[in-house]
Amino acid sequence: MKTTLAELKRGQSAVITMFETDEIPLKLLEMGCLPGNEVTLLQVAPFSCPMYLNINGSHLAIRKEVAKQIEIELI
Amino acid sequence: MAKHINVSLIGNPNTGKTSVFNLLTGLNQQVGNYPGITVERKAGVCKLPRGVKAHILDLPGTYSLNASSLDENVVIEVLLNKKDKDYPDVAVVVSDVENLKRNLLLFTQIKDLDIPAILVINMADRMKRKGISLDIPALEKALKTKVVLMSARKKQGVDELKQLIAAYKKLSVEPCVNASVIDKEYFEGLQRAFPNQSLYKLWLVITQDVNFANINRNTIADASEFHTKKKSDLKRLQQKETIKRYQFINETLKQTQTIDVASATGVRAKLDQLLVHKVWGYLIFFAILLFIFQAIYDWSSYPMDLIDEGFAWLSETIKAQLPSGGLTSLITEGIIPGLGGIVIFIPQIAFLFFFISILEESGYMSRVVFLMDRLMRRFGLSGKSIVPLISGTACAIPAVMATRNIENWKERLITILVVPFTTCSARLPVYLIIISLVIPNERVAWIFGYQSLSLMLLYLLGFVTALGSSWLLSKFLKMPNKSFFVVEMPNYKWPLFKNVAINVIEKTKAFIAGAGKIILAISIVLWVLASYGPNEKFSKAEVIVTSQLKESLEKNSKENLEQAIASHKLEHSYIGYMGKAIEPLVAPLGYDWKIGIALISSFAAREVFVGTLAAIYSVGSEEEETIKNRMAAEINPVSGAPLFNLATGVSLLLFYAFAMQCMSTIAIVKKETNGWRWPLIQLFFMSGLAYVTALIAYQLLK
Ligand SMILES: Nc1nc2c(ncn2[C@@H]2O[C@H](COP(=O)(O)OP(=O)(O)O)[C@@H](O)[C@H]2O)c(=O)[nH]1
Ligand SMILES: [Mg+2]
Repeated sequence: MKTTLAELKRGQSAVITMFETDEIPLKLLEMGCLPGNEVTLLQVAPFSCPMYLNINGSHLAIRKEVAKQIEIELI
Repeated sequence: MAKHINVSLIGNPNTGKTSVFNLLTGLNQQVGNYPGITVERKAGVCKLPRGVKAHILDLPGTYSLNASSLDENVVIEVLLNKKDKDYPDVAVVVSDVENLKRNLLLFTQIKDLDIPAILVINMADRMKRKGISLDIPALEKALKTKVVLMSARKKQGVDELKQLIAAYKKLSVEPCVNASVIDKEYFEGLQRAFPNQSLYKLWLVITQDVNFANINRNTIADASEFHTKKKSDLKRLQQKETIKRYQFINETLKQTQTIDVASATGVRAKLDQLLVHKVWGYLIFFAILLFIFQAIYDWSSYPMDLIDEGFAWLSETIKAQLPSGGLTSLITEGIIPGLGGIVIFIPQIAFLFFFISILEESGYMSRVVFLMDRLMRRFGLSGKSIVPLISGTACAIPAVMATRNIENWKERLITILVVPFTTCSARLPVYLIIISLVIPNERVAWIFGYQSLSLMLLYLLGFVTALGSSWLLSKFLKMPNKSFFVVEMPNYKWPLFKNVAINVIEKTKAFIAGAGKIILAISIVLWVLASYGPNEKFSKAEVIVTSQLKESLEKNSKENLEQAIASHKLEHSYIGYMGKAIEPLVAPLGYDWKIGIALISSFAAREVFVGTLAAIYSVGSEEEETIKNRMAAEINPVSGAPLFNLATGVSLLLFYAFAMQCMSTIAIVKKETNGWRWPLIQLFFMSGLAYVTALIAYQLLK
């Protein structure tokens, strides 16, 4: 079964494997959210939305519905 | 002839562009808008060695040349259009040493545009702490440019940057990544169709909604020898391009940058644990809000009182010096109070922006967005909208200006439109006097009385209406809204005092220049309407009132006589006739023409309501008790019952809760939305809502 970024627990790290290209804003890619890069979930707001991540050294907050489009592999 | 060099500062948000800009230009800067849109344009002048002057432009922050907001469009349009007066001779790309990888993406794109580009690596003071070291000469070679290691905080590297700007002609304009390899065939076709244009510029025009020179998307689509691609294909190509660029950047940094993770230290993780905590995070945020609110509500009242008294004193002094007459009256009763009405806002604006710039500078504002996003999103607002909404409780003027840091235009517009519903401090005197008249002073339970509960309900009503209308607006406002929620969480930093100070000065200046004129103009119009009358009843007021009061003259002191004359004059001035003219309109709300006059004149500012009633009822002082007693004695001419009963009172309270009774707000909304359209829509919507609710309340309660 595919794991997505939305299922990551606080403090967990993973590697981005792929994502639904048309659903992901280009901006997120430009900020380093690319396949092969490492991602760590740092903090979450109540109801885990938004999520505060470290993606490839960039510290970003994104909403859960976008995180669901990004597939990961836990490490 | 001295030559100007056009310099653009470009870079990701939060890399220190504005700090570098402030360092280069000092207070030698002008802030305005780009023509036709509400994106802030900051420009300044910097003196370079050998008497050369540089025009510096602080462009909005952008992550790449693929625009997704109005702000980012500005950047692209400046960079693409050679005929633009801002078109740079040299681009200074400001980057943050801690985020070099991501920052270089934009740099490699700019390198493709045939514009000489200098790379500034800012925040060099943090390298040691983060264990970062850089091989600058190797970096310069790989990126085909000059690199300045800089610290805007420690004021290091400024002279080097200035020298490089002055010698910009020596910079290479060769690209460092060849983007066209992502689809060779396509790009070759493109170049054949437009042999005289820069390939990368063409690519940007195809993928964005921007125009440059005389080429736009449509001319490209029309060129027969060349076929365009579908939007989704283009997006895929853009993604490919991004990946391609990152490959180059990773390669370059591998050879030029070393990061010793072991020696890296930081407070980010610890602070975040507290500041975005599910409980503490919110408690701390509300404590901060409370503190800010206290400052603009309470502390600014001292300078405001001083300003008030100062202008009153000035009026009196001038009145005593000049011969009495129309001109003196215009100066002392029209212009000076009008100016006072502008200056009075400065303490609140300065306080609010002092705190807001500290929140922005320190990196905390992004945490606020993070905390509030989920809640505010439901109402079509941004997490950042919470600050304007709360500070609107003190005054809508600084609050509307505070929406500037909401990047998304739709969210910003909605915030601007609903902020005036929150209960600002100018409503308070009106609320207090009417509540004390019509709501019984009895306890409901424990320490809570009907009167204080009513006041609380009015505050709540303001918030609920603001949120409700945002929700409605977000459903009905149709505008291109391409923004997605991707918020960068910058590192925590101590605010730079210079940045805070410049921001406060700038916002104050913007208010005076933008809204001040309108406020002054309306004050003078209102003064004219109240100081002149169409007929003899006004001009001969002294004679008429004196003869009317003849019999009782001995009993009347001179002061009473003057008040009676003033009241008579007001009744027969233009504004008085206007009050009477709108009586049929406001009678269904339970108001007479006297309240009508107060409604019109309190358009200057809500609190004028009380003063105007005092003048009409010819009560000498603005002492609350005196006016209250006089109001309580007022009789409704139709029913013969007291005029200020529960029905009229509630109707008035609702009217003031909803109506846009504040010319200063209209002026500032006009300035911030760049036109009359939105303030007028707001005015009609709010007044309409006020009228209807007041009408319903009066008709039900009467
Ligand atoms: N440590 C450090 N902080 C800096 C430096 N330059 C700017 N800053 C801080 O970085 C933050 C963002 O700066 P600003 O000029 O507003 O960035 P802009 O968004 O690119 O205009 C502010 O908190 C500044 O105080 C620097 O050289 N060193
Ligand atoms: Mg800036």
